Amino acid sequence: MSIELQHISKTYGTYQALRDVSLSIKDGELVALLGPSGSGKTTLLRIIAGLDSPEQDSRSRIRFHEEDVAHRPAAQRRVGFVFQHYALFRHMSVFENVAFGMRVMPRKLRPAKAAIDSRVHELLQLVQLDGLGKRFPSQLSGGQRQRAALARALAVEPRVLLLDEPFGALDAKVRQDLRAWLRRLHDEIHVTSILVTHDQEEALEVADRVVVMNHGQIEQIGTPEEVFHKPMTRFVMEFLGQVNMFRGRVQAGKAMLGEVALDGHYFPGKEQGAAMVYMRPHELDIKLYKNGAPSFPAKVTRINPAGSIAKITTQTTDGQNVLVDLSLEDYQRLSLSEGTHVYIYPKSSRVFLPEYEI
Amino acid sequence: MSTSRTTRTILPGFGLTMGYTVLYLSLVVLIPLGALVLKSGSLGWHGFWAAAWNPRVIASYELTFFTSFVSALINAFFGLIVAWTLVRYTLPGKSFIDAVIDLPFALPTAVSGIALTAVYAQNGWFGRYLEPLGIRVAFTPLGIIVALTFIGLPFVVRTLQPAIEEIDRETEEAAASLGANRWQTFWRVILPTILPALLTGFALSFARALGEYGSVVFISGNMPMKTEITSLLIITKLEQYDYAGATAIATMMLVASFVLLFAINLLQWWNGRKFRGAV
Repeated sequence: MSIELQHISKTYGTYQALRDVSLSIKDGELVALLGPSGSGKTTLLRIIAGLDSPEQDSRSRIRFHEEDVAHRPAAQRRVGFVFQHYALFRHMSVFENVAFGMRVMPRKLRPAKAAIDSRVHELLQLVQLDGLGKRFPSQLSGGQRQRAALARALAVEPRVLLLDEPFGALDAKVRQDLRAWLRRLHDEIHVTSILVTHDQEEALEVADRVVVMNHGQIEQIGTPEEVFHKPMTRFVMEFLGQVNMFRGRVQAGKAMLGEVALDGHYFPGKEQGAAMVYMRPHELDIKLYKNGAPSFPAKVTRINPAGSIAKITTQTTDGQNVLVDLSLEDYQRLSLSEGTHVYIYPKSSRVFLPEYEI
Repeated sequence: MSTSRTTRTILPGFGLTMGYTVLYLSLVVLIPLGALVLKSGSLGWHGFWAAAWNPRVIASYELTFFTSFVSALINAFFGLIVAWTLVRYTLPGKSFIDAVIDLPFALPTAVSGIALTAVYAQNGWFGRYLEPLGIRVAFTPLGIIVALTFIGLPFVVRTLQPAIEEIDRETEEAAASLGANRWQTFWRVILPTILPALLTGFALSFARALGEYGSVVFISGNMPMKTEITSLLIITKLEQYDYAGATAIATMMLVASFVLLFAINLLQWWNGRKFRGAV
């Protein structure tokens, strides 16, 4: 089921949670709404679910597959909603939790008892909880609870599956497993899904497309690769992954960092001005000597080789910390240690001019 | 060291506090109740039975338990509505209403008795209009129920309030997103969640009503076999210097109350067992 949102705004008191947001989601897509807390991502999700209503605006639309659902209450939208803290019914067994959505259907639509039973078992199998149907939520681990909540949401055959920070309350290992599992599940059942998260790793790993939000607005929409490698705004650049930021300048249409001209960044007609230069740690290289290419000197202050790459922290001559990721082979070949004087070579960079920003 | 054989705990003074608790409970509760039972024993079996199980006393038991039960039911129902309103909505004068709930706790029961009688008597504010409709409140079992409802309300409201506060919004939203209407959400999700608290409130209100004396004696009229509650009967016996007879009736009430509280606790346990579970 495709989802179409147009001109959605929401204000709580004096706080504007959403500012004129429009978004369309294709049928069968898994989209992540990514942003820091307070960016409006959860509010947007709740508006789609019908748990909150957008501000009155004649232009605002909420459509599920061409059908306007803006005036339907949550109970009639057929959305599956998964909450961060599970929100399981604690007085019901897992089986009854999953069956709930079918039991409350109007008599005419309600499946027969045997059909409910077999559907619940099927769903428990799907979320790998078969055999735990008789347990109560308090007898399950966090990961199991969230899978039970997911089965409960899927039981009503929702047109749209909405997940609000579903793995936020779980510990790192479980979170990673469930993330991969969710992706596989989505590939299996293909229900249009929206996942809200503040964890960029989660968004980039699971989603088909990522919607980066900040201050109630959408900063960028794109595939994980696009938002990571081609960020359109400074915010996206800073929010997704680690980044080194330098204060550079524009001179005669060229971006300059210190005395170094940065390749590939031209601003025709721009004579003079400030520029923000961003480089991700993996976009920098370290050498022990100058080789003629643009570089700047620095001193190694900290080394963390625990991982698939070596994370090197260096300090430039004007006191700025610069993070560099090296492959473990490069790191060993250079035999770096704390205090080593090195030269840093930018491989690629991104430049944002304050007034060029959207 | 006294702790050498037991597991050490961080909190000190287990022996002292435990000993104190047992002593205090014995002095304040168990010994007086024991004395009561012993005193009634001085009648001998036949004497006891004659004093505690004759038609007039049986009528008073029936009346007391019936009116207490009905008033506790009424309180459970309306108390739930009051508690729900106080927790869920912001209304003008909310803290004032909240304070008024406690009035029946604080008022001397005789004061409430006189107030209720004044209002419900044939020429009282309400009684005046109810009388032509054929409804008599004062000096009937109905009046007793009114008085018992009055004094029992705070028990239900005060036990329910924290339970209702604890229901998290998300649980209700989950029910709504699964297609449940308001009624189904209340009936299948909210009520089972607050049922233990509701049962406790009911039990407290019921237990309080069983022992109530002050507020009832004015409005009931105290007609033997009709509107005479057991507490009053005990007082009457005492006034006739029939101490043993009074304690015989009291012992019956004690046993009945104990059985009831036990039954309610059993119900609580059965209900709570389900979702306490192992974590």
